[in-house]
Amino acid sequence: MLLDVSDLWKSYATPDGAQRVLEGVSFRLKAGQTLALTGESGSGKSTLLHLVAGLEAPDKGLVTLQGKQLSGRSDAIRAAMRRDRIGLVFQQFNLIPSLSVQGNLAFQARLAGRYDPGWISEMAARLGLSDLMNRYPEALSGGQQQRVAIGRALAARPDLILADEPTGNLDESSADAVIALMLDLVAESGAGLLMVTHSPRLAGFLGARLHLSKGRLR
Amino acid sequence: MNVRRAILAALLAALLPCAGALAQGFGGLGSDAKGFMTPRRGHVLSFPRDDGAHPGFRIEWWYVTANLRGEDGRDYGVQWTLFRSALAPPGQDGKDGWAAPVIWMGNAALTTPQRQFSAERLARGKTGQAGAIARPFEVWIDEWRLAGRWPDLSLRASAPDFAYDLSLTQTGPRVLNGDKGYSVKSPEGQASYYYSYPFLSVRGVLRLPEGAVKVTGQAWIDREWSSQPLSEGQSGWDWISLHLADGSKLMGFQTRAAKGGTFTSATWIAPDGTATALPDGQLVMTPLDISRVAGRDIPTRWRVQLASRGLDVTIEALNRQSWMPMRLPYWEGPVSVSGSIGGAGYLEMTGYE
Amino acid sequence: MNRVVLGALLSHWRRHPLQLLTLVLGLALATALWSGVQAINAEARASYARAAGALGQGDLAQITGPEALMTRETFVALRRAGWLVTPVLEGPMTLGRAHFTLRGVDAMTAPAPAQGAMVATGKGGQKAETQGAADIAVPEGGVIFGAPETLLRLGGQSGLPPLRPLAGLRQGLLLTDMATAERLLGMQGWVSRFLLLADQPMGRPPLSSIAAGLKVTQKPSGNDLARLTASFHLNLTAFGLLSFAVGLFIVHGAIGLAFEQRRAGLRSLRAIGVPLGRLILLSLGELLVIAAVAGLIGTLLGYLIAGLLLPDVAATLRGLYGADIAGTLKFRPGWVAAGLAMAIGGTLIAAAQALWRLARLPLLAGAHPRAWAQGGKRMLGVQAMAAAALVAGGGLFAALGGGLLAGFLSLGGILLGAALALPVILSLALGRAARGRSALAEWFWADTRQQLPGLSLALMALMLALSANVGVSTMVSSFRQTFTGYLDQRLASELYISARTPGESAALAAFVAPRVRAVLPIWSVPISIAGRQVQVYGLVDDPTYRDNWPVLRGAADGWDRLAAGRGVMINEQLGYRLGLAPGDMLRLAPDWSLPVVGIYSDYGNPEGQALVASPSLAARYPSAPRLRFGLRLARADIPALRRALTRDFGLPAENIIDQSALKASSLAVFERTFAVTGALNILTLAVAGFALMTSFLTLSDMRLPQLAPVWALGLTRRRLAWLELWRSLALAGFTMVLAVPVGLILAWVLLNVVNVMAFGWRLPMYLFPGEWLRLGGLAALAAALAGALPARRLARVAPARLLKVFADER
Repeated sequence: MLLDVSDLWKSYATPDGAQRVLEGVSFRLKAGQTLALTGESGSGKSTLLHLVAGLEAPDKGLVTLQGKQLSGRSDAIRAAMRRDRIGLVFQQFNLIPSLSVQGNLAFQARLAGRYDPGWISEMAARLGLSDLMNRYPEALSGGQQQRVAIGRALAARPDLILADEPTGNLDESSADAVIALMLDLVAESGAGLLMVTHSPRLAGFLGARLHLSKGRLR
Repeated sequence: MNVRRAILAALLAALLPCAGALAQGFGGLGSDAKGFMTPRRGHVLSFPRDDGAHPGFRIEWWYVTANLRGEDGRDYGVQWTLFRSALAPPGQDGKDGWAAPVIWMGNAALTTPQRQFSAERLARGKTGQAGAIARPFEVWIDEWRLAGRWPDLSLRASAPDFAYDLSLTQTGPRVLNGDKGYSVKSPEGQASYYYSYPFLSVRGVLRLPEGAVKVTGQAWIDREWSSQPLSEGQSGWDWISLHLADGSKLMGFQTRAAKGGTFTSATWIAPDGTATALPDGQLVMTPLDISRVAGRDIPTRWRVQLASRGLDVTIEALNRQSWMPMRLPYWEGPVSVSGSIGGAGYLEMTGYE
Repeated sequence: MNRVVLGALLSHWRRHPLQLLTLVLGLALATALWSGVQAINAEARASYARAAGALGQGDLAQITGPEALMTRETFVALRRAGWLVTPVLEGPMTLGRAHFTLRGVDAMTAPAPAQGAMVATGKGGQKAETQGAADIAVPEGGVIFGAPETLLRLGGQSGLPPLRPLAGLRQGLLLTDMATAERLLGMQGWVSRFLLLADQPMGRPPLSSIAAGLKVTQKPSGNDLARLTASFHLNLTAFGLLSFAVGLFIVHGAIGLAFEQRRAGLRSLRAIGVPLGRLILLSLGELLVIAAVAGLIGTLLGYLIAGLLLPDVAATLRGLYGADIAGTLKFRPGWVAAGLAMAIGGTLIAAAQALWRLARLPLLAGAHPRAWAQGGKRMLGVQAMAAAALVAGGGLFAALGGGLLAGFLSLGGILLGAALALPVILSLALGRAARGRSALAEWFWADTRQQLPGLSLALMALMLALSANVGVSTMVSSFRQTFTGYLDQRLASELYISARTPGESAALAAFVAPRVRAVLPIWSVPISIAGRQVQVYGLVDDPTYRDNWPVLRGAADGWDRLAAGRGVMINEQLGYRLGLAPGDMLRLAPDWSLPVVGIYSDYGNPEGQALVASPSLAARYPSAPRLRFGLRLARADIPALRRALTRDFGLPAENIIDQSALKASSLAVFERTFAVTGALNILTLAVAGFALMTSFLTLSDMRLPQLAPVWALGLTRRRLAWLELWRSLALAGFTMVLAVPVGLILAWVLLNVVNVMAFGWRLPMYLFPGEWLRLGGLAALAAALAGALPARRLARVAPARLLKVFADER
C-alpha cells in the first residue's frame, strides 16, 4: 500500500474557539493510482493534503507512506520524507524565484540525491520547457510556471505526487492540457497521485474520487 | 596739591581691582612713606633740576591745562598729565628695565562746548617708554610729550578720536606755592613740593574727528611731588586755576572732609608774578548749580570769593559733561569767569559719587 | 478630509510598530552621533575662545621684525612713535621633568581685557582670572599663572614666584609679568613679538620710519588653538557625517518599505478622490512630525554621547595640542536647532525617492505586485557607473586638490563610490558562487543574490563603517608603530636632567661632565620664520645625533656641515610648510641663512623646529638659557649618577628623568590621544549593525513566499533559519573582504594626504592583518546579532503561515 490515511482529525484555533476541519478521515491509495479529492471551499481538502505531505501534524490519526508512519515524527524526518518520496504541486508560489527553470526543475532531485539530467531534460521537453530552461519564474506565464512545478515534483521520481488545485490559476483549456500532461507523466513514473480540486470536471480525469464535506468523506 | 596725589593713588588702585592686591602691591602707600624722602619746610627748590623727576619721592606729576580759542571762534580746553608713582624707594636692588619699580600714567583730554575727548596711557619701569628729564626738558609717555627749551615748549597728545599739537611760550615767572614751594595739604600737616608755571601763551592745532582747528590761548603747568599720603577722612576736592582779565592769576583748592567742613588753600598771583599764599579759610567756594554727569550730581557752576582781594566771581563749565572716564573717573574741564572780573580757567573735582 | 486621510496614513504605523520604531530609531541614531560630535566641537571652540579671551590677545595683529627676537628698544621706539603695541616674551622653560612655555606680558600696555577685566564676562569661576590680571600688574615679585593642570605638573617648585591657577590657559603655558619672564628665561631686553592693539591714535608715522624691516602681520583667523585643532575637528565632523549617512540608510529603507506596503492604500485613497497634491502634502507632514520627534530624541542622545566622549576628546586635544577643554558640556540652544534641522533635512533626503514615486503613482494597479526595491540589471549598471565616477572624483581630489577639505572630499568620494560599488560586486560574486554547487548551496547563493536589492543599503552602510574602521585603525596603528620607533631614536640619551636656574646650569654641566660619556645641552631659541614661531635648537657635535636622529632625507655629510655651522636641519613640518627640500636655503635672520642639510621626522609636534650648531646659535643669542641636558652613559652607571646628582649636587629628584620613563609618558599621551577615534569607530559600526538588522527584519516578512516552496520541498524551518543566519554572516564577510582594500586606500589617503595637511608629517603605512581579523570578528558579531532575530522568528513561524502562501490570493 502506497498511502494509508486512517482516522485523521484536525482543528484550528480561531478567535471564536476551535474550528474542526477534519473529523476522522480515512482512505488508501495504491501505487500508480490517481485519486481526486473534491469538496466545497473550506471543506478541509487542502488541510488533508498538507497532513499527508507532513507539512502539518494531525491532532489525531495516522498517515503511513509505504509502510512508514509519518504522523508523530519529528519535523526533520517529515521533511526528509517529503524531500525523498513526495512531489508537491501547489496552486501558486510553487517556484523558487531565485532559481532558473533549470534550477527549479532539478532542485528537489538534487536535494534528494536523485538527480538525473537525462530524465529532467526529457521531462522538460515533454512539458514544452526546453526553450525556457534559463528563464526565471517571474518571466514565465502562469501555465508555464505550473508546468515547471509539475516537472519539479516529478524530477526526483517520487512515489507520491500531491497536487493542490494545480490549475486553479489557469484558464480551462490550459488547465486541461496541464492536467493531461501531469497524468501522462505520473502514469509513466508509476507514482500515485492525490489531487485536490474543486472542479468535478477535472476530477473526472482521475481514476478515483473522494468527496469531502464538512470534514468528513462522503 | 594733594588732590592729584589722591587721584593717582586711586587710579592705581583701580588698576588693581581687588583691595588685597592693593595692600600687597602697594603696601604702605596708605599709611606711611617708609624708605621714601619727605618734603621739608625751608628746602630750596633748584631749577632746572626740579623740572625733572624726583625718584626719591613716591609720587610726582606734571600737569598742563590750557584755555584756548579757535579760529572758528569757539572755546576749547586741553588737559595733559603725567603721573609717576614709585612702588619702592630707589637704589635698593638696582632693578632696571621692566623690573624697575615705577609706574607711569598719562591722561589727556580735549574739551569743546559740546564734546569731551579723553585718553589714558600706562607704562612701567625704566624702559624709556615714559620718563621725565630736566635738561633738556622732556616729559613723556609713548608719543605724548611735553618738551622744549625754556621758554619755548611743545605739547602733544593723540588718541583714536582726537589729537593736539601745541606750542607753549613762557611769558612770566615760575611761581612757588605755599612756603617757597612747601605746600601744606591738610590741618594734620601733610605737605608736598608744589610750583607752577601760570604764565604760558599757547598757539597750535587741535585735531578733532571733524577736522583740524587752529587755536591760541593760555596755559598753566603744575609741578608737584611728595611721598606722604592724603589725610584719612578727606572725601574729595575741588581745585581751580584761573587766568583773570587783568593779568592776575588764582590757584585754589578745597578738600572736603567726609564728616563735613573743608580745608582751603590758595595762591594769588599778581600780573607781574608776585605770589601770595593764602591760608585755610581765605578762599570761599560755593556750589551754585548741580549737573547730572555720568550718573552723579556734580556742581558745574561755583561762586568763588576771596575777600582780601575783592574777588567775587562765578565760574561756569564750558562743557558741563567734562567727565574723565578713566580707571578712576573724575571731572576736569575749562571754565569761564564772570562777576567782579572776567577770565577763564580750569576746574577739577573728585569724590562726587 | 485631512483628518480622515491622515488617519488612514497613520494607521499603517499602528499596524507596523516595528517599522515606526526602526524609522524613529534610525533617524535618532543618525542625529545623535552627528549632534554629539557637533556638541563636542562647539564645546572645544568655546574653550579656545575662552583661552584666547583670557589673554585678551585673541585676534590682535602682530608687528614682526626681520629677526626672530626683537628688543625692548624697538618696543619703546614703536610706543614713542604712537604705535600702541604690547610686548610678549616667550621661551621654553624646563622645571623638573616637565617642559613649559613661559610667556611674559606687560599688564600696563596689554589690551584692556587682559587687565582688570581679563575676562570681561566676570561670571562665576572667572573671578580668579580678574584677580590674576591685577597681580600681574605688580612688577615686584610677579606671580606665575597656569592652567590648574599645568600647575599640578609644576608641583612644589622652589625658587619660583608664587603660582596661581588661571582656568582657560593652554596646557603647559605659564603666564607671568615681563620682568619675571626676562629673569626666568635669561632673556633680558628681548621681546618675542609685539601685539598691535585694536585702537590706535591718529597721525602715526609709517612703520618703516621707526625701524627697518618692521611689518604688520595679521594673525591668522582665529587663535592658535583653533588653527592647530581645525583638522581634528574636521575629522570629528567627518565622522559625524559618516554616522549620519549610515543612519540615513536606515531611514531611507524604512520609508521606502512603508511606501511600498502602503502602495495599495495610497492608490485607494487616490481612487476615492483625494487629490494627489494633498496626499503628498500630508505624507510630507507625517514625515516631518516623525522627523521632529526623532530629531529631538536624537539630540538628547547626542548630548549623552557628547557627555560620554568629551573627556576622551579633551584628552586627545590636550595630548595633541595642549589645548585645554572644559570637561563638562554646556547646553546650547543653537545646537539643538541644528540637530533638529539635520534630522528633518535628512528625512527629506531619505524620503525624496518615496515621495517622487508617490507623485508618479499610477491610479490603476499594475498587473503584478512589485517587490519592494526591486533592482534590475539596469539599476546595477547605473550604480556601477556612479560608483566609478565617485571613486575617480575622489582620486582626482587626492591627486590634485590641496588643503584639508580636498583631502576629506577625496575620502568621501572613495568611500561613497566603494559603497555604491558594493552591491554590484556582490551581485557578480554571488552569481559566480551559485554555480556548480549542491542544490542547496546553489539556492542559498542565488537567493542571497536576489535579496541584495533589499539589503544593499544596509550593506553599504556596513561597508562605510567597516572601511572607515579599517582606514582609521590602520592610520592609528601605523602612527603608533612609527611613533614608538621614532621615540627610540629621538630619546637616545640615557638620562635627562635639568637645572633649576640659568645660574645653576653651568655648575650642573661641569658636575656631570667627568661622570658621563657625553653631556648634550638641550637648548633652543624661538625664532619667527614666515610669521610663525620655530624653536631653533643648538646642537653640539656628538655621535649620538649622527647615530640616532630620525633623518628622513638629507645630504650624506649633513651632520658635518651642521656641526661646522654651515647647515641647518629642519623637521618635516617646517619642510612642508615652507616647501623646503635638502639643499634649499633657510633664512633664520636677515643676515643668517643656512642650507637645509637634512629633514627629520618630529611626530606629535604641531610646530616647526630646526637644528643648528650650538656655537652659531650661542653667538647670536648669548643670553638664552640652557637648562636641560641629555646625558650619555652606561646604563649600569645610572643609579650611581642619580645618587651623586641628588646627594652631592643637590638636584631635586624630579629634575632627573630617565629615558624609559620619558618614553612611557609619551606613549601614554599617544594612547589617550586616539581614544576617541576608537569610541567613534565602535559607535558607527553599531549603527551599521542596526541598519543591517532592520533590513533583515523587514525582509523576513516579505520573504515567506520565497521560503515556503523550499520548506515544502523538504527543508525544516530550523534549517532555513540557520541558513538565514549564515546568509547574514556571509554577506558581512563579503562586505568585510571588500572593506579591507577600501579601508587601506582610506588609510593611505589619511596618512599621505590628510595627515600632511593636518599635522605636517607624512607617515609610513603598516598593515595589521590581526586588526582586520578583530574587525572581521566584530562585523560577524554585528551580522550575527542582526540576523539572529529574524532567523529566530523564521525557526518558529507557524506552518500554517507558510501554507497560507500557497493558497492566499496576495
